[in-house]
Amino acid sequence: MSETLIKVEDVSKKFCKSLKKSLLYGMHDLGREVTGRRHGGNGELRPDEFWAVNNVNFELKRGECLGLIGRNGAGKTTLLRMLNGLIKPDAGRIEMRGRIGALIALGAGFNPILTGRENIYVNASVLGLSKKEIDGKIDEIIDYAEIDEFIDMPVQSYSSGMHVRLGFAIAVKIEPDILLLDEVLAVGDVGFQAKCFNTLAEFRERGTSFILVSHNMHQISRYSEKVLYLKKGGLNYFDDCERGIEMFLADMNQSDSEADINRTDWSRVNGSGQVIFTGARFLNNKGDNITEINVGDALTFEIDYRSAANMTNKCVIEVIARDRDGVALHTRSVLVLDKSGEKILDGCVRVIFPFIPINTGFLEFFFCAMNDITGEVYDWKRNFPIKIKPEYVTHSRLSIPIKWEFNLNPI
Amino acid sequence: MTEQPITIYTPESVLANPRKMLRDMFYDLAAGRELAWRLAVRDISAQYRQTLLGFLWALILPLANTLVWLFLSESGVISIKETVLPYPVYVFVGTMLWSIFMDAVNAPLQGTTASKSMLAKINFPREAIIVSGVYQTIFSACIKLVLVLIAIAILGITPGWGVLFIPFALLSLIMVGTAIGLLITPIGLLYNDVGKAIPLLMQFMMYITPVVFPMPKEGLAAKLFIFNPITPLILTGRDLLTGKVPEFLSYFIAVNLVTVMLFLVVWIIYRLAMPILIERMSA
Repeated sequence: MSETLIKVEDVSKKFCKSLKKSLLYGMHDLGREVTGRRHGGNGELRPDEFWAVNNVNFELKRGECLGLIGRNGAGKTTLLRMLNGLIKPDAGRIEMRGRIGALIALGAGFNPILTGRENIYVNASVLGLSKKEIDGKIDEIIDYAEIDEFIDMPVQSYSSGMHVRLGFAIAVKIEPDILLLDEVLAVGDVGFQAKCFNTLAEFRERGTSFILVSHNMHQISRYSEKVLYLKKGGLNYFDDCERGIEMFLADMNQSDSEADINRTDWSRVNGSGQVIFTGARFLNNKGDNITEINVGDALTFEIDYRSAANMTNKCVIEVIARDRDGVALHTRSVLVLDKSGEKILDGCVRVIFPFIPINTGFLEFFFCAMNDITGEVYDWKRNFPIKIKPEYVTHSRLSIPIKWEFNLNPI
Repeated sequence: MTEQPITIYTPESVLANPRKMLRDMFYDLAAGRELAWRLAVRDISAQYRQTLLGFLWALILPLANTLVWLFLSESGVISIKETVLPYPVYVFVGTMLWSIFMDAVNAPLQGTTASKSMLAKINFPREAIIVSGVYQTIFSACIKLVLVLIAIAILGITPGWGVLFIPFALLSLIMVGTAIGLLITPIGLLYNDVGKAIPLLMQFMMYITPVVFPMPKEGLAAKLFIFNPITPLILTGRDLLTGKVPEFLSYFIAVNLVTVMLFLVVWIIYRLAMPILIERMSA
């Protein structure tokens, strides 16, 4: 039962950076194809071209799941498109066995003016079902998508949730041997998402192989046996899931901090300037300047500011820290006035975090001084980063000391 | 376990294995049959659902065109030589046939452009788009045919037995038009220039085809008219509709035979071009 469904050998694909040249090369390639020669030449790069997918090798057996990871632009989607037969590789060989399905373009080909029912027929035909098969499955599809009462309404009046639910319901009805997933695992509200996951689980039990592209390492590690980590320059890693994710995260952290150092521009005032920031730094609990901490450490963030003369408006200072997934911490405080209440005192303010639970490699601080009532921005500084060293790689955003307790009932 | 299709993708040109390619082509054509029908039904019903005049739109443009030419000739802005048929009938039938041809020319590029987002994401038989375009052209051709028949009956012309051969004339117009449209589609998808140039070229084509002007007897114009492969199609169509004996029947048949060959070639080019074009469409 463990036959190989996908075999990918030395597959590469080149892309062109310039649109004009890309179109021109398209004409060349077309000429070559028509005269029966090889696609993509002999593997040499033409001016302005680069390898979007470089030297990929992997095999996937029935029932296995492959997690496809890599930075943005590492060629994950391009590889999926080659596997799906949409575009041809420039080098190498791809062999696929069985019916291929893709949860990529949910509801592609929906016509907004036609009703849901009509669109089911169109969409399912596009995905390769015959009229007879659709006739047999249409009730299941409507039922699955939970849009019974709206099925004879034009699709343009559907909510976006109904739209993707219908698309998903159709896409999973093709019962593929190989399923390609690009960031779409589940759609809709919580209830529907649970249904999506259960459907995918059913597929797995039936022996469907998956290829899953995701930036969510938790999902990757949960589903995949193997990982393919696509790297620039063709040094791809294909093997054990945990190890692959670890490598990927380690690389991410390194390049993050390299790119993020000193991105804050102190010479510019981003606002009306009644209060301006003149500097900021991170301190540990001994008061030393630092640029890196371990997850769980205490952190003090110190900001210097100056204010214009006779600045009596109520001014607040807001500090926001973002990690890769969005805002992680958010806090605000009112700036202090002098005794007469006529001027904001210059000085520095400290935000003290007793411990930093963020486990995603870095935090970027954004801080803003503004009028508490009108919201007028006085100054605003962005992208002030600190690197966080995870103690161990977990796949959660937070690392908080946790204990488990069981209350067992012996019979 | 049921037998599973094995799909292999390599950089080799599919032309390296012509037998397999031909088999795939006809397999995909058959596999795309139902989809083509679905897409045609989708596009036709969507096209007319958001209009008040509905199917009448298939007629309004050629009708307006006819009126323009009638006005031009009646008012003496242009002088048109004597035609065998009454001029209104001549122009009306001519523009109707021409508009069917134009529909067929435009369908492949328009259909493929409209399906870009689908093409870029889903693997389905690409032939379906072309076949769907042909279905839609046939559909509007049928509406036009009915109107032409009604109109010429009102104008007092009896078509005679030749009318039974009308489907052949229409189908060859559609076939030639689709072949031309398919030929320009791959380049048209890369460069928008093609889409912009077509109306211009087609207008010129119309003036060297006996659509609104009768066949000139001599000079450069006569040569252009007779070298133009669309000429026999339009003339034969009009002769059949208006109860005349087709004058250019052998030329008509020759054009059709050549087009069948051309069709196979442009179909192959279209298939070969698709992955290259999709690479350059946004996902």
